[in-house]
Amino acid sequence: MELTRRDALAALAGGAVVGGGGAAAAGQNERETNGRPTGAESGSSSATDTAFAAVRDPLVAAARVLYPSEVTGIETFVETYALGRIEDREEYRQGVERAVADLNERAGSWHDREYADLDADVQDSVLREIGADTAEPDSEGSTAERVRYYVVNELLYALYTSPTGGELVGIENPQGHPGGHESYQRGPR
Amino acid sequence: MSGADRTPADSADVCVIGAGPAGALCAHRLAERGHDVVILEAGPRFSFEDRPERMERSIRSGDDRSVWDMGGERDAYTSTGPRSYPLNRSRVKGVGGTSLHWQGMVMRLHEADFERRSRDGVAADWPIEYDDLRPYYAVAERAFGVAGAADNPFAPPREEPYPLRAFPPSYSDSIFAEACEQLEITTHSVPNARNSEPYDGRSACVGYGTCKPVCASGAKYDATVHIEKAEAAGARVIDRAPVQRLETDGKGRVARAVYATPGGEHSQEARRFVLACGGVETPRLLLLSDSPEHPNGLANSSGLVGRYFTEHCFAGVGGRLDRATRQKHVGFNTTESHQFYDAEGTNPIKLELLNYAGPSPVEQALAGDEWGDALLDSLRDSYGTHVAVGGLVEQLPRRENRVMLDRSTTDDHGNPVPEVRWSIDERTRESIRRANEIQRAILEELGAAIEWTIGPGNTGPAFHHMGTTRMGTDPESSVVNPELRAHDVENLHIASSSAFVTGGAMNPTLTIAALALKATDHVDRAL
Repeated sequence: MELTRRDALAALAGGAVVGGGGAAAAGQNERETNGRPTGAESGSSSATDTAFAAVRDPLVAAARVLYPSEVTGIETFVETYALGRIEDREEYRQGVERAVADLNERAGSWHDREYADLDADVQDSVLREIGADTAEPDSEGSTAERVRYYVVNELLYALYTSPTGGELVGIENPQGHPGGHESYQRGPR
Repeated sequence: MSGADRTPADSADVCVIGAGPAGALCAHRLAERGHDVVILEAGPRFSFEDRPERMERSIRSGDDRSVWDMGGERDAYTSTGPRSYPLNRSRVKGVGGTSLHWQGMVMRLHEADFERRSRDGVAADWPIEYDDLRPYYAVAERAFGVAGAADNPFAPPREEPYPLRAFPPSYSDSIFAEACEQLEITTHSVPNARNSEPYDGRSACVGYGTCKPVCASGAKYDATVHIEKAEAAGARVIDRAPVQRLETDGKGRVARAVYATPGGEHSQEARRFVLACGGVETPRLLLLSDSPEHPNGLANSSGLVGRYFTEHCFAGVGGRLDRATRQKHVGFNTTESHQFYDAEGTNPIKLELLNYAGPSPVEQALAGDEWGDALLDSLRDSYGTHVAVGGLVEQLPRRENRVMLDRSTTDDHGNPVPEVRWSIDERTRESIRRANEIQRAILEELGAAIEWTIGPGNTGPAFHHMGTTRMGTDPESSVVNPELRAHDVENLHIASSSAFVTGGAMNPTLTIAALALKATDHVDRAL
């Protein structure tokens, strides 16, 4: 099942970001191959660009681990979502940067490579060795808790509040997605 | 006017304390009629633009703040008695009040609810009848923009259609329909205070599915709607202004409300005062306003301020079917049965066919220790076949259930915190058992594998605070008169669920609104 840029914009609309380069464009250009909005569209600052460059590949790599294997279109989806989330949100951006830096630091210490450059099974094990699988999410907590909050739960939230993520489970209007008040009336397809 | 200037108004006809539905409706109508109105609200004014973030906060964990920032020293309380009471989960302090996180179900009480003593020999009669509130119910339904249909054969008489068409039944409702028919249980639509179509400048529901605790679209009614209308009509709202006490003039009247602000303490004088701060803070403020003239608290010559704290008890049975049930698309219900509401021998029971049974996939994903294919397998296994019948059961008022002052603990301004004492009686427990019997029969008729029951042993409150300044004609056995004015204080009115004599089993906010509108007419006439 393919995740689209539209899914990312829908997920952004269901969260803390509305009206930025993401949700404001919901419904438009949903099949673009590159999720990166234009500078004019995103209103990006240099801080955002720097952060985006630092977190994009690790987050895409983590998403490939966290998302089910039948999902495609992960790169576009994550890029669009991640950029929308950090734009104009300094505190949040710093939190993501710090968690991703910790992820890279652990990958470097244990495997001598950046997180995004590891094999998929190793990327999975790094998240578990950090403790992000069992940690309580906490934006200001330990490394495990922050990675759980800013990486694991951030990406799972994006997926499972999007229409395509919901359909994976069998609910085309998942909680947090403004999918209208018609789908609840329909029977299974 | 913004809440930034928190100094008192030079002159006010009416000072309304509390910016929830009761205070908002009252302030709006009084301001419309040309009166100078000041609203003092303990909590902040929340930005509408922050609602998506609050919604995300409600779905995700990892953030200690509650969705509406409740908790901490400001909101400290104690819970004593046989049953724990989670007060801060049941209320919101801020402009909009607890309607910011309410479910939005709006039913009128039945005629029999006003005559429980006369008809059933239990509890007490109200000093007013259904017909006294009937016109106010109609006004409240228009104010809220209630989506409903005249398909409920058990509902009390009404004079006009609902302002909005009812939300159609869910697919899940259709599964229940045959089983209910087999059991001769009549079902009908649910009156909802959320837009089934655009109304009053607000959009139709967009289906975020997080109605409780937050509607990010504004399609669900909340009291900010009438706060804005009140301000447009000239009322002034002062937020972050918890009233510390009411001071009297020695002649039996309230002279001023003393309130704290981040910038210091102020006093607001007014000709009349309306208390609209719910079933806990209303009695608390009266008890905090003790003086040599009123040693047991203001308006408390009966000794009943804070007593008869009453709730609705939740009853429910849930399980799973061997077919898809399509739950969790929306956060509200579309079918109920009030068939067992006026049955003899039990308290009123309201049955709800839930549209949100079982776990939310996204919430489960965020709370688990799996990811990838394993997580998806778990989500697919968990989601999709749940069903549940919930319901509210009336709790009979008990004198020993009460809101008091806990003088051993103080809030951020040094005031004793509310102490909530709550328990339920045997007849209420028996009524919950009866609700479970019906609920179980429905699920068994469906062929469901029953997985859980919320019954008399593990019931919880529906977060409806009622009864703590009860209404009556006798000053010795009630706090306010049928005009919602305190027996003891000529210029003090109470617009709140605290004036309820009994609670029925209907969600209380429509009746709160009707009482507030009635109180407003009396205030208006007295000015």
